[in-house]
Amino acid sequence: MSTSVSPLHRTLTRGESIALVVGCTFIGAAAQILMKIGAGKIPNVSGAAILANPLVILTDLPLMGGLSCYGVFTLLLIFALRDGELSVIYPVIALTYVWVTFLSIVIFHETMNPLKACGVIVIVLGVAILGRNRAR
Amino acid sequence: MKTPLSSILLVVFGSFIGSFGAVFLKIGSTKLRQGLHNILSLPMAAGVGMYLFSTVFFIAGLRNGELSVLYPLVSLGYIWTLLWSNLFFKEPLTRYKFLGLFLILVGVSFIGMGNR
Repeated sequence: MSTSVSPLHRTLTRGESIALVVGCTFIGAAAQILMKIGAGKIPNVSGAAILANPLVILTDLPLMGGLSCYGVFTLLLIFALRDGELSVIYPVIALTYVWVTFLSIVIFHETMNPLKACGVIVIVLGVAILGRNRAR
Repeated sequence: MKTPLSSILLVVFGSFIGSFGAVFLKIGSTKLRQGLHNILSLPMAAGVGMYLFSTVFFIAGLRNGELSVLYPLVSLGYIWTLLWSNLFFKEPLTRYKFLGLFLILVGVSFIGMGNR
C-alpha cells in the first residue's frame, strides 16, 4: 500500500470508515452537551427574543462551540459516507445516544435507570451487528 | 396519550427530510476524491440544508409530547435511509442490517422511555 497518498484522497477501508463515524458520534455527543449548556445560558429562550437580538447567540460560547462541533461532525461524516455504505454508516450515529446518556449523568447529574441501561446495551449490540455485516 | 398528533407528524416528517440529507451528502462525497474543493457543491449544500431543515421539525416536534414516543420516531430516519441506500446506491439489504437496525430502534426506544 502506498503511504504517499493521504487518507483524504485514497479510498478508506470499511473499518476506517466505521471508525470515522464512531469518532463522529463522540463529537456529536459533545455538540449536544454544549448546546444544552448554551441553551440554558440564554436568559430568555423564546424564539421572539432571539429573533429580536440574534447576536445573543453569537456571544453564547457553549452554544457556538456546540454548533462548531456539528460542523466538524458533518465534515467527518462526509468522508465516512464517501467510502462506506450509507446503510451501515448512518445508523452507527445512534451511538451518540449512548455517549449523551453517560455524559448527562456525569455533567447534569441525571440518573441512570434500568431502561436507559438496557437501551445503551441494545444500541451497542445493534451497532456491533451492523458493523459485522460483510455482504458485498 | 400525552403526545399530540402534530408532534408525531412533525418528527416523522423531520426524519424523512433528514434521511434525504444523508443521501445528498453521500452523492456529494463521491466527487471528493477528484479534489477537496468539491466539498462545496450543490449536492453537499442540499445535504446540509436538508439536515438543518429537519432540525427545525425535530425541535418543533420534540417541544411537546413524550420522548418515549418521539425518540423512536426520530430514528425512523435510519429505516428510510436503509430504503434509499438500496434504491439509489444499490447497497445490499442483509440480515445483519435488518437485525442491527431493529436493535438500534429498540435501544433508542428504551432510552426514550428511560428519559421520561
